Amino acid sequence: MNQWQNFTKGFFRENGVFVLLLGLCPTLGVTTSAVNGLGMGIATTFVLVMSNVIISLVRKLIPTKIRIPTFIVIIASFVTIVELVMAAYVPDLYEALGIFIPLIVVNCIILGRAEAFASKNSLISSFLDGLGIGLGFTMALVMLGSIREILGTGSFLGLKIIPGEPILIFILAPGAFLGLGYLIAFVNKIRKAP
Amino acid sequence: MEYVLIIISAVLINNVVLTRFLGLCPFIGVSNKFTTAGGMSAAVLFVMTLATLVTYLIYQYVLIPLGIGYLRTIMYILVIASLVQTVEIILKKISPPLYQALGVYLPLITTNCAILGVSILVIQKNYNLLESVVFGIANALGFGLALIIFAGLREQLELVDIPQGMRGVPISLILAGLLSLAFMGFSGIVK
Amino acid sequence: MPKPSTFKNMVLTLFIVTFLSSSAVGLVYESTKERIEEAKINKKVKALKNVLPDFDNNPMNDAYCIEGSSGNLMFYPAIKDGQRIGTAIETFSQEGFGGDIKLLVGYLPDGTIHNIAILEQQETPGLGDKISPKKSNFLQQFMNKNPRTFRLLVTKDGGAVDGITAATISSRAFCDAVQRSYTYLQKDSQS
Repeated sequence: MNQWQNFTKGFFRENGVFVLLLGLCPTLGVTTSAVNGLGMGIATTFVLVMSNVIISLVRKLIPTKIRIPTFIVIIASFVTIVELVMAAYVPDLYEALGIFIPLIVVNCIILGRAEAFASKNSLISSFLDGLGIGLGFTMALVMLGSIREILGTGSFLGLKIIPGEPILIFILAPGAFLGLGYLIAFVNKIRKAP
Repeated sequence: MEYVLIIISAVLINNVVLTRFLGLCPFIGVSNKFTTAGGMSAAVLFVMTLATLVTYLIYQYVLIPLGIGYLRTIMYILVIASLVQTVEIILKKISPPLYQALGVYLPLITTNCAILGVSILVIQKNYNLLESVVFGIANALGFGLALIIFAGLREQLELVDIPQGMRGVPISLILAGLLSLAFMGFSGIVK
Repeated sequence: MPKPSTFKNMVLTLFIVTFLSSSAVGLVYESTKERIEEAKINKKVKALKNVLPDFDNNPMNDAYCIEGSSGNLMFYPAIKDGQRIGTAIETFSQEGFGGDIKLLVGYLPDGTIHNIAILEQQETPGLGDKISPKKSNFLQQFMNKNPRTFRLLVTKDGGAVDGITAATISSRAFCDAVQRSYTYLQKDSQS
């Protein structure tokens, strides 16, 4: 596939959340608002792009047997860097995302892309792959976050847009599951439509 | 008494999967059969307990004294990866059928956010060593409970007619949502 | 064609990768260290400025600890023109619905509550989290009240506090925390 297809596959055809069904923990855990979803998505995209780039650069130097631990160290380092930068520059978002920031390291999407793509492809391809999948992931998080925020609190981006009492459950744990379930079903339907 | 509270809280009130959203990939992936769910739960129990213990000790007695607490994430994930490798090797020797049944899901325990998550939580909650280990065991039990209940429910799902678009993951998620809702009933039982 | 997986290669690679990674992380740590500390302190200072009348000292430098039956509470004195014009007390309650609730209560010298800031709470969004001033007026009723005459219990329990509908436990926990700080305040003024 050409590089444009490589980049855009992350948004729909191979969307990390809706199609590959990876990275579900942060998807459900931080989407209590659109902003949180956006923040987590961007943080994850950064780690994904950086780790894809580095791993692609050094792919010829790493012995096969040791590759998984090596990938893990590289990914974990970038996650720690993101942790520190966020704590320093966006402390409120850092607190809102809480434990899910260090958990980016076990987001199966990142290790999955490293193993399936970055370790076997050129620098440019890996960069675009990471960027596309990361942004697609961000899009999914923002979608779920927006739905949950609007239905669950009646506001969007902090501004109240639906008067009256909101449907509380969407902001709570069950709502995450329900929201994502319906969202995936909806995406499935669109994908299968002629 | 404190420990009973920790256990009840981790298993029922703040269930690691249904309330904290940790450990979801294996939850969706392995829970379609009762037996694999049971095997996975046992493996997770073993790894989580050991991981919580070892990461706690390393954090308190190595990282903090040396002032490199920020290397925690890297350190933890390496410890967990090693533990999972060890479990794989042991399982291969002791019970090859279970090893086969768990298949690719066994190495995936490394990326099980529940294990890394719980290890980080005990530091956040300022637990001491014993409390941390109890918390680790309790969360693993909570994970197993959720997994096994879910497996039972999913086996029932096989017998039912489901709309095309909902099949597979979507209906599982809706089901998980209902289970999570049910578990919400546990909040406040210690009051 | 990746390098051959000889033992020497594997160890060397892992060592180099870990060394480079730790160095990179260490570098970022050093450059963000100060800012992170600042952010933490700013948060506290903001809360102090919020709950106390204008002061010209640094309450964090003059902070002291009072010991009591339910633990130690931190006191932050506010001074202006050499006069003590208030005290902020960091208090808590373990009776929260979702976990501990931590408050910063600002008192005037005569025991009147100036304002309260919520440092930590994990109450149910939409229900218990209405204790937060961003979600409802619940907190306002405490302002300018003196616990000497304003009983810190919900009306259900015979007190003067208007509890949050359907969030009695959170309301009670909030009162519990404030009451704790008042008890310690009296202890302090007696010493």
